[in-house]
Amino acid sequence: MTNHAGIPFKPSVLQEQNPAWAQEFEAMLRAYEQAGGKASVLQMPRVASAVISANRVLAVNLIAGVDIQTEEMERGVRAHITVAPGTKVDYPVHLCFGMTAEEGVQEILPVFEIGAGAEIGFLAHCTFPNAVDLKHIMDARIHVHPNGTMRYSEAHYHGPHGGIEVLPTTHAQVDEGGRLEVEFNLIHGRVGRMEIQFEADVAAWGVVELVSKAYGSGDDEIVVHEVVRLNGEGARGLAKTRAAVRDRAVSSVYTTAEGNAPGAVGHMDCTEIVRGEAMARNVPTVVVRDDQARVTHEAAIGSVGKRELETLMARGLDEDEAVDIIIRGMLR
Amino acid sequence: MREDVLLTVEGVWVQRPGAEVLRGVNLTVRRGELHILLGLNGSGKSSLALTLMGASGYLPERGRILFDGKDITHCSVTERARLGLTLAWQEPARFEGLPVADYLALGMENPSRERIEEALTMVALSPGAYMGRSVDSALSGGERKRIELAAVYGMRPRLAVLDEPDSGIDVLGIEEIADLLRRMSREGTAVLLITHREEMADVADTASLMCGGAVINTGTAAEVREYFAQRCRPHGDRLGSQPWGEEANGMYRRVVSEGVCDD
Repeated sequence: MTNHAGIPFKPSVLQEQNPAWAQEFEAMLRAYEQAGGKASVLQMPRVASAVISANRVLAVNLIAGVDIQTEEMERGVRAHITVAPGTKVDYPVHLCFGMTAEEGVQEILPVFEIGAGAEIGFLAHCTFPNAVDLKHIMDARIHVHPNGTMRYSEAHYHGPHGGIEVLPTTHAQVDEGGRLEVEFNLIHGRVGRMEIQFEADVAAWGVVELVSKAYGSGDDEIVVHEVVRLNGEGARGLAKTRAAVRDRAVSSVYTTAEGNAPGAVGHMDCTEIVRGEAMARNVPTVVVRDDQARVTHEAAIGSVGKRELETLMARGLDEDEAVDIIIRGMLR
Repeated sequence: MREDVLLTVEGVWVQRPGAEVLRGVNLTVRRGELHILLGLNGSGKSSLALTLMGASGYLPERGRILFDGKDITHCSVTERARLGLTLAWQEPARFEGLPVADYLALGMENPSRERIEEALTMVALSPGAYMGRSVDSALSGGERKRIELAAVYGMRPRLAVLDEPDSGIDVLGIEEIADLLRRMSREGTAVLLITHREEMADVADTASLMCGGAVINTGTAAEVREYFAQRCRPHGDRLGSQPWGEEANGMYRRVVSEGVCDD
């Protein structure tokens, strides 16, 4: 592991020393912006950040209370991100993962340790703008210690070709009174094949909120497996999925919520819009092991509602424009 | 056709599964006119509104609809809207993630922040508090109705069909609706206001009365209001709502064919 503490990157200096690094860094910044990120933020000293291209750590910026250690591997990067107990971070940590190559494999293995009472946000952009035959694997471990809060938002951009397989797996543990909010967005460009696996164990009075949004076209495939186990008294969980598929794309959402303790409350909420020859399925599983727990689910799968469509058409939009507005709103 | 006529509905019949909801509707709305359409619940007012807008499932099996002289009976919702006809639904749809400002801008020819703020102000909503909110289920029914009215106002249509903007909790007061209607009329929009509150007739130039799926009376607002107040209430008690039973069908048949109300 490399400890980057005290070595904030200085692009101007490094560009002079290492032109190849500078070229790659610039390419990643361009790709980062395509994924919706703001590249200038990655160069702000007060904002913690990390930029990883394929298996290279191009830059890391640290701030007080946030430590990021990295290890470059043959196919990717292992990262250990630690937030000291009680740390409150004003600006979200910006993470940029990706590859600018057309082919290859990237494996990211992050471990997040959010100290007791700490509060922090992460804004991750994963960008593969030229993907033709790429695989991106992420295997994350998250531990939110008692009364800690972690907000993690990840947006992907996969370019126009759809030649990518994205396999993010997350195991999360939320301790008593902790809070974990995770949002995953893949709504620009093609999806390719994406399979999200997420499991969370939530202790007493802890909260987990998962929001996944994806827009598939062509022959894209979206698979979401989410399991939330509400193990402690008063634990709460929400698994919310919004997906739209058109052409021949397929979306499959499998969510499980377990109410295993008194006062545990879980809810699964899935909306999938289907157009053309696309296909969507939602399979919710409800498990309750305590007579004072409650788990609910709701799902709406299919076409855009007639009322919604005609309301927008009554403002002068044609049907395709109206559908697009509704889908973009749902995925916003 | 008279030059000041904007909308003409000629003998329109609409059949829905299990109910004949419109039975030979005839109606005329002039340019810039405030026209109120009164009727009890279940009399066919909302069905007429949806038919005028061309909503799915409301294609007339007989009769025709002319808008500014053009036969729009078979036009799509979009085509009608682009001709200048729009509708504020009685139960407006919700749109997850769509900001109010964007929703209002959709129907405007040249949208601007000023025009969006003006539209919200016209329905007594604070632009600062509402422009960034989503048109979703977090809004109350009354807030959503006001936003629907704002959207219609901002569109500057030639004819706005407003389906019961005065019903429900937390909706605009009569005076606020009256101000909005007068403003729309001054700016050249004709309004067909659908309601079952006869006091709304005070705002209107002309009124029509629907009963049993047909317009049975058109005249000055005062005349129609008086007729409605004195003659229509027993129907509501005795007949209820659609689908109508045999007793109702007999009565409505006489109302429609002979223009006679038994009560």
